[in-house]
Amino acid sequence: MGAAVFFGCAGIAFGPALALVLLTVAAEPLRVIILVAGAFFWLVSLLLASLIWFISVHLSDQGNARLQYGLLIFGAAVSVLLQEAFRFAYFKLLKKADEGLATISEDGRSPISLKQMAYVSGLSFGIISGVFSVINILADSIGPGIVGIHGDSPYYFITSAFLTMAVVLLHTFWGVIFFDACERRRYWCLGLVVISHLVTSGLTFLNPWYVASLVPIYIITFCMGIWAFFTAGGSFHNILKCLSCKQEDDSRVMMYSALQVPFED
Amino acid sequence: MTELSAHLPQFQHGQLTENFPDNHLSNTNDNSERRRHDNSERRRNDNPGSETNGQPQNNIQQVVDQDEEEDEELTLKYGANIYTPFTEETDTIGQRALNSILNAAIMISVIIVMTILLVVLYKYRCYKVIHGWLIISSLLLLFFFSFIYLGEVFKTYNVAMDYITVALIIWNFGVVGMICIHWKGPLRLQQAYLIMISALMALVFIKYLPEWTAWLILAVISVYDLVAVLCPKGPLRMLVETAQERNETLFPALIYSSTMVWLVNMAEEDPEGQRKASKNSTYDKQAPANQPQNEDAEADDGGFSQEWQQQRDNRIGPIESTPESRAAVQALPSNSQTSEDPEERGVKLGLGDFIFYSVLVGKASATASGDWNTTLACFVAILIGLCLTLLLLAIFKKALPALPISITFGLVFYFATDNLVQPFMDQLAFHQFYI
Repeated sequence: MGAAVFFGCAGIAFGPALALVLLTVAAEPLRVIILVAGAFFWLVSLLLASLIWFISVHLSDQGNARLQYGLLIFGAAVSVLLQEAFRFAYFKLLKKADEGLATISEDGRSPISLKQMAYVSGLSFGIISGVFSVINILADSIGPGIVGIHGDSPYYFITSAFLTMAVVLLHTFWGVIFFDACERRRYWCLGLVVISHLVTSGLTFLNPWYVASLVPIYIITFCMGIWAFFTAGGSFHNILKCLSCKQEDDSRVMMYSALQVPFED
Repeated sequence: MTELSAHLPQFQHGQLTENFPDNHLSNTNDNSERRRHDNSERRRNDNPGSETNGQPQNNIQQVVDQDEEEDEELTLKYGANIYTPFTEETDTIGQRALNSILNAAIMISVIIVMTILLVVLYKYRCYKVIHGWLIISSLLLLFFFSFIYLGEVFKTYNVAMDYITVALIIWNFGVVGMICIHWKGPLRLQQAYLIMISALMALVFIKYLPEWTAWLILAVISVYDLVAVLCPKGPLRMLVETAQERNETLFPALIYSSTMVWLVNMAEEDPEGQRKASKNSTYDKQAPANQPQNEDAEADDGGFSQEWQQQRDNRIGPIESTPESRAAVQALPSNSQTSEDPEERGVKLGLGDFIFYSVLVGKASATASGDWNTTLACFVAILIGLCLTLLLLAIFKKALPALPISITFGLVFYFATDNLVQPFMDQLAFHQFYI
């Protein structure tokens, strides 16, 4: 307990997200706006899901523990479906915004591509989802206390941190795959993304049996990562080129001729 | 901030626009109350040493302490009660609601009166009064309130501190703040100071307004902002129009500006017209980005110096740029938008908006049962409200109120997250479920 657990778990949970934001999003205002708007959409989906859960709980018998447990699982499932629905809505909004940006820009091309928007929106969903899941737990981990004194698992904090990291990465990958699937109208991809989200959420119901929940979730994360990589246009060839650190020759040459505007290539 | 005396001294109220003023409302301090605070503060500071002296003395000191604290509390409550005289510690909910409505009504009428006073002063060109008012308020915020805040922070973390160090810190902080805000300074520093004084002001509101009153005030002030800026006879709209008629910018010290004004040089044929006239902006100027090397009126080489020309000749061969060719280039549609006024590309936001956004997030953080979730939800909601307001600004291109959309989203998200989302997330976290 204490500062060590807090900083360690915060680093595990949000390290990749922070690095991604600092390196790819923070410098460009348009991406920051897309990040915050994505967080807003996720929040609205969570609000609706909580509303449904709240109503269902208050309409039911509050003494029945099994029923409440079932309603919680039902609420989680509804929340997952609503998140994906709002991801779709965000896709629609971003497409419209893309067209708008293209019309008001000078050369007719939007300053940000749909693939970049897919990545940033996935990251935004991931960050806000991770933050909402784990921030109160992190805040509690600073204070005094003993974990698992009533027989629960003593690994609560660290497994929460790892789960959060997985969730952040998963949302990023799902964002990329989802937007690409919507763009190319490959509905089976969409279905697969939704199903994998449901499976991931379902696997967490096996907590605290961490072997059964964490390991498959990380396997899913890894597979989604590879899928997203290939969807975004990556390939083995790209990796080799990146690793070999070769610099491309700039094959363009600027033409000056009595200060005329150079021809467009 | 328990030593804060009296009042709610200032309301800074403004809207989102392209060049826009702020309303600045302040009430003078009650000097006697302040003196009493300083005295009791000094007495309180002497006490920690007495802990080691033994029991009886301790008890007496504690009793004296309590008396002083009660004194202070009464003074503070009395001070705060000037604006919110109806207490919220009532027996029935109906009575509490009524009291908070009355409190909110009193606060809003004070704000309206101050706004109208400011507009009247501006219309009758009493600039000295307004500037004096602004300087006194920023002095108060930068020195007095930050001193009190620092005191509270030290108390919370039990840090031993001497007055000399504190005086040095506060003096430096305050003087640099006054310079940055009222005169010139680096843009980031000025923005940082404006944010800090808005946060200090918001802390005053959060601490001294009773709960239901605070939420009601937030709601009512967004409505007031909407009315004051958009209605034809609204005071703030009249302020903008008067400023535009007189073609001057108002109160540059109390607006948060997102860009710097630079002097942009375009290589024009006429060397006299070479420096673009910038608008009269007193607070952020930077040295011109490109200085023409040669301002010789006869040899109009368009800003290309001799060395540059030699270099260019060496690299790509002798090419001459004549006034005609330069004119031809300048006639081409410019891609870089240097013809647009740089000041218009930035956004100006009144500090009053900052203050009320901070009050919302601060109250969400202080009183919500959902802790961090509620705070973050309000934060995101306010940002999105601001995004939408900026979008509307880009569409309508006139002064717009910045409070309504953000505060509405913020309030909706606060109550929804606190009552609906928090139990849900709590249950999920209890079982370690992730969604």
